Amino acid sequence: MNTRGLRSQLKDSVPVTGLGTQIGAYGVQDTLRSGFSSVKNELLPSHALELSEKNFQLNQDKMNFSTLRNIQGLHAPLKLQMEYRAARQIQRLPFLQSSHLALDTLKGNDESISFEDILNDPAQSEMMGEPHIMVEYKLGLM
Amino acid sequence: MALPNVLETPPSGFNFENVFRNVALEGLLEGGRTKAPKPMKTGTTIAGVVCKDGVVLGADTRATSSEVVADKMCAKIHYIAPNIYCCGAGTAADTEKTTDLLSSNLTIFSMDSGRNPRVVMAANILQDMLFRYRGQIGAHLILGGVDCTGSHLYTVGPYGDIDKVTYLAMGSGDLAALGILEDRFKPNMELEEAKELVRDAIHSGIMSDLGSGNNIDICPTRSQSLKTRGKYTSIILVQHLF
Repeated sequence: MNTRGLRSQLKDSVPVTGLGTQIGAYGVQDTLRSGFSSVKNELLPSHALELSEKNFQLNQDKMNFSTLRNIQGLHAPLKLQMEYRAARQIQRLPFLQSSHLALDTLKGNDESISFEDILNDPAQSEMMGEPHIMVEYKLGLM
Repeated sequence: MALPNVLETPPSGFNFENVFRNVALEGLLEGGRTKAPKPMKTGTTIAGVVCKDGVVLGADTRATSSEVVADKMCAKIHYIAPNIYCCGAGTAADTEKTTDLLSSNLTIFSMDSGRNPRVVMAANILQDMLFRYRGQIGAHLILGGVDCTGSHLYTVGPYGDIDKVTYLAMGSGDLAALGILEDRFKPNMELEEAKELVRDAIHSGIMSDLGSGNNIDICPTRSQSLKTRGKYTSIILVQHLF
């Protein structure tokens, strides 16, 4: 459901984390791929859409849940979020490609095609993640 | 060579990694005099008219890239659904991709629900999609079709604004085409009369605008109740000796 015009319900937007640079080999910034590092690059978005696209899904969800809470009460978003959490856990290890089938079905993404499905497909990503590092990052050990 | 460490898979969708690099490159190449290559625009005249039992859409066939004609037989009338067609002006790639996505979404919907899509659904999907990207997707579209509620003609701008009208022209040649439409449009015209009107409107757009030319494509969309032979929509090509 697309609930427009209800931004006033949004108490606080999702906080923005830093637009980090690529970490290259040996933990130093990868100058070849992302240019010289500067504090400005990390704090300010380079493109008008970068921030809004980064948090688009999160903001939409927040808005929808807040509307649902106002209309139907607290139980509605609680039950939905519980299902989302359960479905989100069905995935492979981070360096492998998982289909997110249950999560997509719950969110309704299996019935629509948008730019997320065409561009930058993770199955055809040019970067390879190191399995150990990725699992350690995911478990919070890094 | 040490592999770059990626901590988590990059999110799908648009990737903004090269924006800084591009801006820096433009400044560096020959002291800022060389510009990056411009995307191909359709520099167009497109028009649409609602007639008695359907909608007639028309478009020219020239695509320009700055001052050069990039494509002489560019197809600007895109198929969305058997009963809905869309003309696109603006950046050629953007109109193609957006209408493709729209068509796929409507196909999924009709397979799911077993119903023909309505024009208002197409207009709403486009509006959501284009507003999300705040006009960065340069697609000026004329959406026209016939569904169970009647014949409809919508215009969708790049920022997601829509307008529901009975006759319409867009693109760089729209002022000339609109002049002809304003003069001769009557509500509830016959199909042949409407086709002639759209053809003359595109013709005047071609004559008065450098960005339009070559040929005229006309696409009449008729309601299903009329008995027609074979398919009830077809794109007719009217050729001019340019």
